[in-house]
Amino acid sequence: MTQPWRQSRGAFATSFAPPAAWLALFFIVPLAVIWAYSFGHTVGMTHIAINGSFHNYARALQPIYLQILLKSLSIAALTTLICLIIGFPVALMLTFASPKAKVWILLAIMLPFWTNLLIRTYALMAVLRTRGFLNTGLETLWNAFGAHFTPLPMMHNAFAVVLGLVYVNLPFLVLPLYAALDRLDRSLLEASLDLGAGHIRTIFQIVVPLAAPGILSGVLITFIPALGSYLTPDLMGGADNQMIASVIERQFKRANDWPFGAALSFLLMYLTLISMAVQGWTSKAHGEGV
Amino acid sequence: MKVRAGYGHKRSALAPLDYAQRWPLKLWLGAVLVFLYAPLVTLVVFSFNQSKRNIIWTGFTFDWYRKLLGDTDLLHAFGNSLMIAMLSTLVSLVLGTLAAVALWRFRFPTKTLFEGAMALPIVVPEICMGVAMLVFFSRILPWPADLIWPLNLGAIVISHISFSFPFVAVVIRARLASFNREQEEAARDLGASEIRAFFDVLVPHLQPALISGALLAFTLSLDDFVITFFTAGPDTITFPVKVYSMVRFSVTPEVNAASTLLIAITVVLTAVALKLQGSDVGKSGGHG
Repeated sequence: MTQPWRQSRGAFATSFAPPAAWLALFFIVPLAVIWAYSFGHTVGMTHIAINGSFHNYARALQPIYLQILLKSLSIAALTTLICLIIGFPVALMLTFASPKAKVWILLAIMLPFWTNLLIRTYALMAVLRTRGFLNTGLETLWNAFGAHFTPLPMMHNAFAVVLGLVYVNLPFLVLPLYAALDRLDRSLLEASLDLGAGHIRTIFQIVVPLAAPGILSGVLITFIPALGSYLTPDLMGGADNQMIASVIERQFKRANDWPFGAALSFLLMYLTLISMAVQGWTSKAHGEGV
Repeated sequence: MKVRAGYGHKRSALAPLDYAQRWPLKLWLGAVLVFLYAPLVTLVVFSFNQSKRNIIWTGFTFDWYRKLLGDTDLLHAFGNSLMIAMLSTLVSLVLGTLAAVALWRFRFPTKTLFEGAMALPIVVPEICMGVAMLVFFSRILPWPADLIWPLNLGAIVISHISFSFPFVAVVIRARLASFNREQEEAARDLGASEIRAFFDVLVPHLQPALISGALLAFTLSLDDFVITFFTAGPDTITFPVKVYSMVRFSVTPEVNAASTLLIAITVVLTAVALKLQGSDVGKSGGHG
């Protein structure tokens, strides 16, 4: 199958060297610099001295920042949970739909996903604003009944951030869920139904346990980008429901404290890599099981 | 017995696993689609609205699109975005193909390490990559600001290539799995050089993946906001960064019009990609 690289050195060097060099220079080096900065401190206006101290990490774990980190984790977890609840029935339908319907449902779910993230967030903002479509619609309805209407505060709060993240991340979860459910042995579901279990019971006692590794993998695939999201919380959240990415951005732009920002972004990196490792581990265990 | 009889009766109407036909699930899917599409549809519809207040429909107009054409800043940003996407796509396609071929064809000591490193740009949070690029291009490799267009876009193009080409490599590698090595060996036996065999045998086989990889890289670059936001200077604003600054300060029909344009581009690119992939699936099925 694969040949040892020594067998044709020229072809190997031509195919391996350019991408490897690019990746090293324009991806690994920038990350390494940030990583080094996270152990440094700012001297004067711009100079950064790297002195190997964990000072920035200690600061990142102070209550004020720890709270933001925990808030980001819980917002991402809540987002994922809601996506799971909304997405599961859709994935179930997709699994058992006719091939033609499958294509159309998949397309319908994925098309918004291919639309620019900024535009999707903006579109949702226009619906939720104080003078947005939803509030104006409700006001018209209220006024028709002669009631006084106060616009609902649907923007710049935690509700808006979670709703926004659900809106932009939903397709992320539906696809892996569908992939997990599609692999199931249908005769087991039929057996459960034949033996008298209801649909709900079949889903919770047969489908969910069997598809658990795939569901977990989908959950992590949604959780990871939700945790690191910048744009949606930045535009839809208020001052007291910032997520970690906005704090990182501030350290690099306005606050100009690069070493601290570097430590925060590496904390986010570590969380991401841990989630990835968990996901890789579960899908591997699953693969071996089958 | 009674249960089974009742069940049998139900069965005649609907197969037990025919979840796609059950009305509660249909209703659910309908609600999800309304949730996903209603904001986008209103955005598009209201880009044709006369009223500047953007809430109540007052009449049809193309005024906002006309205004867009007069907005030189926005057009400049749009031009930047297209140029960046094209350059990034070209380089990503070459690097991604080479990486995929190296991983597919060879065994080498650092293979696992290389595979892991190639997966990193796909999983690293955008914000982390954004700040890393910001630091890199201001401290390690300061990109001159006064270069002529499009050279002044270099820092953004480089960043975009870094996160795009691993995606291209994934697409190409999937296609390589279906390549029959004997074809290449036959070409070599018949006297073709390594390079000739690559371009005359392997590349034609890869063509559908090359096209979908290119479209993927193009869309990724065109859509990127976070990483560009950290690498763009005052003269190198891209379309999403420009729209972001517009959105921050106001919600106007002009932004709606600009967004509609970008949605239209995405839909067209997606349609082309699907069409090509569809015919690709058909073709490989035919071969099989």
